[in-house]
Amino acid sequence: MLDSLISQDLKMEKEKQPDEIVTTGVLESLQNFIRKCIVAVLSYGPMPRHIAFIMDGNRRYAKSRSIKEGAGHRVGFSALMASLLYCYEMGVKYITVYAFSIDNFKRDPTEVQTLMELMEEKINELLENRNVINKVNCKINFWGNLGMLSEPVRLAAQKLMASTAGNAGLVLSVCMPYNSTSEIANAVNELCAERRDMMQREHAGSSNGRAAGSGAHSDISVADLDRHMYTAGCPDPDIVIRTSGETRLSNFLLWQTTFSHLQNPEPLWPEFSWRHLVWAILQYQRVYPYIEQNRIQAKKQL
Amino acid sequence: MGTKAMEAFVSNETALFMNKHPPHVFKPMSLPSIIVKLTLGLLWCIIHLSISLFSLCYHLICNLEYYLISSGLLPKYRNLQLERVKYLAIVVDSREANNAVKLKQLLCWLSTIGVKHVCLYDIDGAIKKYFEPGMNGSGDGSSADSLDVNANTKALHCCHGEMSIECISGCDGKEGIAKAANLLCSMYFNGDKYTHGVDKSELVFTEADMASALKSIGYGGPEPDLLLVYGPARCHLGFPAWRLRYTEIMHMGQLKSMKYGALVKAFYNFSKKYQNYALPTLLLHS
Repeated sequence: MLDSLISQDLKMEKEKQPDEIVTTGVLESLQNFIRKCIVAVLSYGPMPRHIAFIMDGNRRYAKSRSIKEGAGHRVGFSALMASLLYCYEMGVKYITVYAFSIDNFKRDPTEVQTLMELMEEKINELLENRNVINKVNCKINFWGNLGMLSEPVRLAAQKLMASTAGNAGLVLSVCMPYNSTSEIANAVNELCAERRDMMQREHAGSSNGRAAGSGAHSDISVADLDRHMYTAGCPDPDIVIRTSGETRLSNFLLWQTTFSHLQNPEPLWPEFSWRHLVWAILQYQRVYPYIEQNRIQAKKQL
Repeated sequence: MGTKAMEAFVSNETALFMNKHPPHVFKPMSLPSIIVKLTLGLLWCIIHLSISLFSLCYHLICNLEYYLISSGLLPKYRNLQLERVKYLAIVVDSREANNAVKLKQLLCWLSTIGVKHVCLYDIDGAIKKYFEPGMNGSGDGSSADSLDVNANTKALHCCHGEMSIECISGCDGKEGIAKAANLLCSMYFNGDKYTHGVDKSELVFTEADMASALKSIGYGGPEPDLLLVYGPARCHLGFPAWRLRYTEIMHMGQLKSMKYGALVKAFYNFSKKYQNYALPTLLLHS
C-alpha cells in the first residue's frame, strides 16, 4: 500500500487498463483480508496502547534512492500517515512521533527552512482535507516549545489542534520542536508558577491584617511534575521505535519511557511498513509479562 | 504526497474500519465465537512458538560467535578502540541486581577490556546497597573533577587496574529531578526577587538551571557514552534522564547468561557507530 503512495510521489502515473484496475482491486482486497486476519490473531495477545516513533532515516532514504532530500521527508510523511492507519487498525489508541528536535535548529538554515515549509504545507493539507482526520476521528496534539516555530507554522499547528480537540478517536501527538529535558524544565516552570499563583491568592485573601504565611507547601513530587508534562493524561509509551537501527533516544520522552520497550529496527523510516509494525508488536508481546510486572511493582512502591 | 492519493488510500482503508465493532460492546459468546477465539489463540501460540524457536537458533549462533570472539579467533575484535567510551553505564534488572558474583565478574571483564569509569544502575538500589560500605567518593581528586562524579562513586582496584564505579538507582532519576525542581522553586521564593505577593522577576528555569540544580544536590554526573542493559528486555528502567539524552543503548540479555564475547562485540559495534556521530543526534537526518 505504501509502495503505491511512494510510486505516485516519485514516478509518473501510467494510465491503467480496465483489467489492470480490476486485478489491482482484487489483489488489494485480498491483501486487506489477509491483513485483517493477521491483526485478529495478533490481537489475541496484549496489544500496546501507545506507540512512540522516532522517525529516523528520511535523508538517508533520499540519498539511497538518488532523490532530493525534501522528497525523502515527503515520503516519510506518507509513511507516517500509513503507520497511523495501521496502528488504528490494530487498536492502538495513542501514537507519538518525534518530528523535530530543538537541536535540529542548529542545522543548516536552508534545511530547517525546507522542513518548516514542509510542516506548514502538510498541516494545511490536513486542515483543508478534514475528511482524512474525521474518518479516523483523530485528535492531533503538538507537543513542544511552539514559540520557537515560525509564526505560520505555529498558527497552523494551533489551528489544527483546536479543530481536532473534540475528536475522541486515535490520538496523534507530534513532538515539534521538542526535547525531553526542555519538557521537564517547562513542567518545573509551570509547577512553580502554579505555586506562585497559590501563594499570591493566599496573600490576597489574608484580609485581617495578619501577615501572609510563607505558604507551607509540600515538596514537589514526581506526581506533581507528571501533571505538568506535555503527556499528562496520556499513558506512557508501551513501545518506542527508532527506525534506521540507531540505538539512541536523542532526548525523546526520557521521563515517560521508564518501562517502555525500546526497539530499533533496521529499515529507514520511509521503509517502515505494516510488517515491521507487526514484528514490533510481536516483540512487545514476548516481553509484555516482564514489563507489566515491573509497572505493577513500581505502582505498588508509590 | 498527492492529496488525492492520500484521500483514496484513506477512503479505501476506513471503509473497512467503519464496519468494526467498538471494543467496549459486549457480545454474548456463541459456539462459533468460542471456536474462532480458540483458533485465534492457537494461531497466536504457534506464531510465538515459532518466534521462540527462531530466537533460540539465533542465540545459539550468537553464542558460537561470542565463543570465537573470546578465543581471539575473529581478528576484527582483537584490537578494540575504546577511546570514545569515556564513561560506561550498566543497567541491571532488579531481579538480577543481587547477583553479586556475576556483577563482580562483569566488572572484572570491563576492567580487562580497559574501561575506566563505570556507572551501575538498578531501579531498586540493590547494587548501591551492595557497594555502599566503600562509597566515600573518588580518591583521585583530579579524576573526580574531570568526571564530575558524586558521592556514589568509589575507586576500585579490579582485576587489571583501577576503575571508578558509580552506583545509582531509581531515586537518582525522577525523584532527583523532583528534588532539583524543589531547590529551584525554593531559591526563587526565598530569593530577593520575590516577596510575598510580588513577583519581581520572570519565572523561567532553563535546562541549564535544572542541570546545575541536579549537580548541586548530588544528582549530576557525566553522560555515559554507552549504556548496556542486562535484563529480559531493552528498557532503561528509569536511568536519570539528564544523563541519557544521547547515550547509545544496547541490550545484552540477562546477567546470568552474560558472555565476554558479547561485551567485546558491543564495544566493537559502538566504536563503528560512533564514527558517524559527531554532535547530538538530529532527527530527520541522513
